[in-house]
Amino acid sequence: MTDLYQSQRAMRHMRRAAMQRGVVAILDVGTSKIACLVLRFDGLEDERDQDGVGPMAGQSSFRVIGAATTRSRGVRFGEIAVMNETERAIRTAVQAAQKMANVRVDHVIACFSGAEPRSYGLAGEWELQDSVVTEQDVARVLAACDVPDFGEGREILHAQPVNFALDHRSGLGDPRGQIGNRLACDLHMLSVDASVVQNLLYCIKRCDLELAGIASSAYVSGISSLVEDEQELGAACVDMGGGATGISIFMKKHMIYADSVRMGGDHVSSDISKGLQVPLVVAERIKTKHGGVHATGMDDREMIEMGGDSGDWEKDRRQISRTELIGIMRPRVEEILEEVRARLDAAGFDSLPSQQIVLTGGASQIPGLDGLASRILGQRVRMGRPLRVQGLPQAATGPAFSSAVGLCLFAAHPQDEWWDFDIPTERYPARSLKRAFRWFKDNW
Amino acid sequence: MQSLGRTRPPPVNGLRRDPAPSRWQYRMQRLWLTPLFRVVCRLGVPLTVVALIATGVLYSDARRAAIVQSFVDLRTKFEQRPEFRVGLLSVEGASRDLTDAVRAKLALKLPQSSFDLDMTELRARAEALDAVASAELRVRSGGVLQVILTERVPVVVWRGANGLQLLDATGHRVAGLSARADRADLPLVAGEGADAAMPEALAIFDTARPISDRVRGLVRVGARRWDLILDRDQRIMLPSVNPVAAVERLLELSAADKLLERDILSIDLRNQDRPAIRLAPFAMNEVRRAQGLAPTTESGL
Repeated sequence: MTDLYQSQRAMRHMRRAAMQRGVVAILDVGTSKIACLVLRFDGLEDERDQDGVGPMAGQSSFRVIGAATTRSRGVRFGEIAVMNETERAIRTAVQAAQKMANVRVDHVIACFSGAEPRSYGLAGEWELQDSVVTEQDVARVLAACDVPDFGEGREILHAQPVNFALDHRSGLGDPRGQIGNRLACDLHMLSVDASVVQNLLYCIKRCDLELAGIASSAYVSGISSLVEDEQELGAACVDMGGGATGISIFMKKHMIYADSVRMGGDHVSSDISKGLQVPLVVAERIKTKHGGVHATGMDDREMIEMGGDSGDWEKDRRQISRTELIGIMRPRVEEILEEVRARLDAAGFDSLPSQQIVLTGGASQIPGLDGLASRILGQRVRMGRPLRVQGLPQAATGPAFSSAVGLCLFAAHPQDEWWDFDIPTERYPARSLKRAFRWFKDNW
Repeated sequence: MQSLGRTRPPPVNGLRRDPAPSRWQYRMQRLWLTPLFRVVCRLGVPLTVVALIATGVLYSDARRAAIVQSFVDLRTKFEQRPEFRVGLLSVEGASRDLTDAVRAKLALKLPQSSFDLDMTELRARAEALDAVASAELRVRSGGVLQVILTERVPVVVWRGANGLQLLDATGHRVAGLSARADRADLPLVAGEGADAAMPEALAIFDTARPISDRVRGLVRVGARRWDLILDRDQRIMLPSVNPVAAVERLLELSAADKLLERDILSIDLRNQDRPAIRLAPFAMNEVRRAQGLAPTTESGL
């Protein structure tokens, strides 16, 4: 536990150093593409509070000065499968982005979609010693949360205090300075496979970059594609990527649940490839150009050339109707959405006051998906596109970039996580100088 | 169906080219994007190379001397060109004697390059002659060094400790004089420090023009004031302050009473309120006799 706490703290320090330098890179390691954005921070963070301008979701302080995407290699289900292939792909993206930005980037904040995220809701209680909540009390109540056994070989990716309660008053954002007797808190914890994180760390290190933060792509695409009232009232963001579909549920501007389905757009492509006996590249092209999920009478007449260079004329001149293509794609898309439905049900999404569902990610661009999704997921479904941020190229404004954009916002304004709070004095090593200092500070 | 003319990079070993940069390429690019490295590469390396080459070349004394010598030669060659050669000295604006004196004083070895002529020094040398008020030197086209002189005009003869000298209006020496009779047209001044008060002397001479036939000269007394000497050894003592007004007053007295024509030794005008007259001994005795007094004994004065 402490080990992780320390490493996350180290990443926070790294982020602060990057902010001071003013340049940080965003790396979205996906199954179908790797996106790299270079952000420049102008250091407006301090002034903003004074002149009464709202936070604007942290956008005013940074600007995208470099953007590059490359086809991902060696990534399956959002996890790194072939290390050196992925490393090369990361290098390609980072180099192109650096070239565009014309600055050298040393710090990178990364996100990934796989690694089987699991959500845990934690609760902790603490009896206040002198009726006023201090920072130490907040630290103690966070430390008092009983951590479930999340299994061997897993690591905590996010641990965000979602809610504080003081005696009978719940829903406190910041309890410091308030008066009461018993402080309670709810903590949302997300654990992922440690080996996946290790692999990513290794790849980034091999690229001479330093990791300044790491996030789940389900979480960050929720930040970017849910509008503010959706985040406040409760909504689910479904990020349909290439190899994995991330689900995150937001409530009161906090993520309260995250999960991922290990299926995505690449599976649709492979279905087409298998069903039509065409190479995967051709299948991908046919899917993006002609794909859909609702067949109409018109689609029977629309014939699609499949092409090929096998030398067999009969094979190379094959044609299929769009209806056939839809007939292959639809079951897989339905399967994905039903799996998402099952995960949402398991999370108790039904009991939320607002049940907005936002579909985003590259695979959400299939025409007619919103109709199909509303049939499976519920009536309130909309297609989400990421927030517009300053300097983002037009090519990177589509839903496929919602996790990259969300990561920009995350980099500019990370949510307070467990490791952003102090360590309670009791947890320090017994002979620590810091502990003595803390004791003096508390008692004098 | 591909067209035959389509060009595609030939696959290496049957593999598609990898779009990813190699590790070293990637590192090099990152290095190149480092600001300090860029500055060092763009400025530091060329400067260092230039400095190294310069040091290497200039390290040996012989080579350094050769470089300096080549520059000197080039300069000399340029200066020795016929366009810059001065072959003639022309002195203008002065009498023949003065011209010869200036030529001798300049002592130029012609022909000479105009770059070698030190005009300031030559001018100082020409102006060192007392008779030269100012000299203007210029190198004219055609290799002529032209010296335009302005002569000093003598206005008085000064009889001083060093004998007779001619002075100009500012009191500067013009030339010596062997005999007063050589320049009988000029008035005479005498006494120590007379040259320093020359404008005043000239003003007095100017004012005294009505009696100029009687004026013998001015004597500077104690380097402070003037005595106007008339013939018959008459001496008019002028005040040190505003002597011209005193002379005017004297002229008025003289016109009214014919004062100067009388037998008077001196008129003391130093005190403005009380001019004093000193009679000659004979006149004094005549006055006493007319008053019924005994004549003074000291008649020998």
